Amino acid sequence: MTAELMVHADGVEKRFGHLHVLKGIDMSVARGEVACLLGPSGSGKSTFLRCINHLEKVSAGRLTVDGELVGYEERKGKLYELSDRKICAKRAEIGMVFQRFNLFPHMTALENVMIGPRTVLRRDRAVTETQALALLDRVGLAEKASSYPSQLSGGQQQRVAIARALCMEPKLLLFDEPTSALDPELVGEVLAVMQSLAEDGMTMVVVTHEIGFAREVADTAYFMDGGVVLESGDPKVVLNQPTHPRLRDFLSKVL
Amino acid sequence: MTTPSSPQTSKDAADSIESAASRAVHVEAVPLRHYGRWISAAVLMVLFVMFLHTLVSHIDRNGVHNDQRFQWSTVGKYLFDPSVIHGALVTLELTGAAMAIGVLFGIVLATMRLSTNRQLRYVSWLYLWFFRGTPVYVQLIFWSNLAWLYPTLSLGVPFGPSFWQISTNEYVTNLFLVALVGLALNEAAYMAEIVRAGIIAVDAGQLEAAQALGMRRVQSLRRIVLPQAMRVIVPPTGNETISMLKTTSLVGAALGGGGELYRSIQNIYNVNYLVPPLLITGCCWYLAMTSVLSVGQFYVERYYGRGVGTSAPPTLLQTLRKSFGRSPHVEAAPVGRP
Repeated sequence: MTAELMVHADGVEKRFGHLHVLKGIDMSVARGEVACLLGPSGSGKSTFLRCINHLEKVSAGRLTVDGELVGYEERKGKLYELSDRKICAKRAEIGMVFQRFNLFPHMTALENVMIGPRTVLRRDRAVTETQALALLDRVGLAEKASSYPSQLSGGQQQRVAIARALCMEPKLLLFDEPTSALDPELVGEVLAVMQSLAEDGMTMVVVTHEIGFAREVADTAYFMDGGVVLESGDPKVVLNQPTHPRLRDFLSKVL
Repeated sequence: MTTPSSPQTSKDAADSIESAASRAVHVEAVPLRHYGRWISAAVLMVLFVMFLHTLVSHIDRNGVHNDQRFQWSTVGKYLFDPSVIHGALVTLELTGAAMAIGVLFGIVLATMRLSTNRQLRYVSWLYLWFFRGTPVYVQLIFWSNLAWLYPTLSLGVPFGPSFWQISTNEYVTNLFLVALVGLALNEAAYMAEIVRAGIIAVDAGQLEAAQALGMRRVQSLRRIVLPQAMRVIVPPTGNETISMLKTTSLVGAALGGGGELYRSIQNIYNVNYLVPPLLITGCCWYLAMTSVLSVGQFYVERYYGRGVGTSAPPTLLQTLRKSFGRSPHVEAAPVGRP
């Protein structure tokens, strides 16, 4: 059953000391599906996203990506912690885009896109460069290849960050509020790139406050609050006819 | 998003700034007189001339008349003396080698200090505690007496037979080597803290982005974190290099040799007793070398500053022109009188 699922969460919990951030998340994201996580600040959306590529360690429950447990190996019914090497190898298959872009400021846009395949996958320079230039072209920044991040607008930086994630040829892309740090007029260009990725069949988990994007692009919407999923399903249903009063309240404030 | 009124308002604003400026040009006023500054300028001038006079004046010394106080001819005579030039070269070599080892070992110590491995953290802390906590002068003498404590160093089974061994005595007679070991190991402790400061100054998001790409810890440190940390690391490292160049002058006194610059100077004045002129000769060389190092530091900083501003960083000449030339702010100010 988990074979065709890209992400499967079963009662995932996360504690930071006494702080109980995730209180049992269940979620299934199929191959090619776009899932949007919505909810107020501090609801645990970003923490859950970071658990998926093991930037945070899950405290309880089972979390699998592409049928394999995150951070552990199961042998004869027993869990074994993974070595750094194996964790890194798994992360390399999952792309991540951050709220604050986190481009490497000492490298040009092209070098930012190339660094992953070059250092992690040990790809050939010429092949990677062709691929990276094609990706920069795809996000509309072919002419900015030799610019440093400080010479780019927020929207351009985020598009470079998406190209950087894509150059690793990931099977899953995670977006952590990709448009929250952008000027309102720059949000559209980033969402357009994400929408084209979704149309190409990329599996994506997107934490966002863009209700319109969730409604138009997502296959499933999850509304989280207080570390649990309160409501989930077809975004056109969930977001247009919310049943949970907390979601109704949230939507009335966001829209 | 441009409203029809906004070009109009900005034009109005420009007009009002312009008229304010033209009004300022026509204000007729007697400038404030700073009488105190005139007096202090005069006093400073007199003191400066008095000092200049001492540089060239002659004094009556021990009954010998008409002796030039600074003996500039002596300063000049020894400036390019072969032994002085050799000393300066040894000082440069010692500084370069000790800093190179110090920086590399410092990076290792800083990484250990920030490691998730507790033992590495403790070992690094202990090293820093000892080498920062004792005077480098004492450390130098200590290394030269290593043979007293450990006559031989060997590799083998602990408490068992040894396969390979050397006699320490053969090495401690090489004073350059002893000085290098002493200075480099001391420097590593200071560099470790400088490197650590640079690493923790880099935004945590950078390491996260590197991790998300699947980079190993060492890879992300070398490719992502350290290059950015260099912006913080380079200026204090320049300080350390200049400080090291001068600290080499301790070597002659601590080890009774080593051939560095100050020792060469000492060897000369121990014979002719012309101490102040020879000290000036030495200072000329130290100043010349530190000046060259400062220029080198400028270019290293420029290299690691790439990607920081929105335009290319200025060259050395542009920077000098900016700091010594008239600032554009002054040029733009109204002249005061028509």
